[in-house]
Amino acid sequence: MSGFALVEGEIETMALRRALGHDGAGGVVVFEGVVRDRNDGRTVRALSYQAYAALATSEGNRIIAEARARDELTALVCVHRVGDLAIGDVAVFVGASAPHRGAAFDAVRYVIDEVKRRVPIWKKERYADGDSEWLHPS
Amino acid sequence: MSVTILYFASLRDRAGRDTEKLPAEGTAAEAYELLRARHDFAFARTQLRVAINGALAGWDKALRDGDEIAFIPPVSGG
Repeated sequence: MSGFALVEGEIETMALRRALGHDGAGGVVVFEGVVRDRNDGRTVRALSYQAYAALATSEGNRIIAEARARDELTALVCVHRVGDLAIGDVAVFVGASAPHRGAAFDAVRYVIDEVKRRVPIWKKERYADGDSEWLHPS
Repeated sequence: MSVTILYFASLRDRAGRDTEKLPAEGTAAEAYELLRARHDFAFARTQLRVAINGALAGWDKALRDGDEIAFIPPVSGG
């Protein structure tokens, strides 16, 4: 199993984890990015994510292919949620399985870092004071 | 002979719309500068990437009839 996808509802983390299983896998690594209740000293009440879906999907799949070219993996997936999320919701899931643990750790780290850097998805934070803001880190 | 501009995130809020039509003239860079002046976008062009028809492209690319142009502000997924 391999690939990148956007989803609008809750990310099915348990099903994704099961799908990483492989008889040749000696290690499975999962990262879940979760909505937290503060950022830059402000109290966050909720988030929403917007994506340019066509380019996000192609760029996400390009990142998956890059990671697979670097190391021997048995599975590698990334699922990012879009729409409105609450505190504690999983915003992004990255999972890798590999014959050896090092490759699985490295692949997950590579994918989440590159997704955050390159994939056209944007986060809007809604704050306790009623304000809201799109995040565009420079 | 027109192109469609796609807006996302704060550019969408500032423009007050998801999409906009422009005549298919000049380059992607010229289109951004025109629209930046029209909508008072905060971003300099060098802070953005541009995609044409769903693929990242160069700013000097000439626009053609039917193109779909997306200006990509700094991303914040994950």
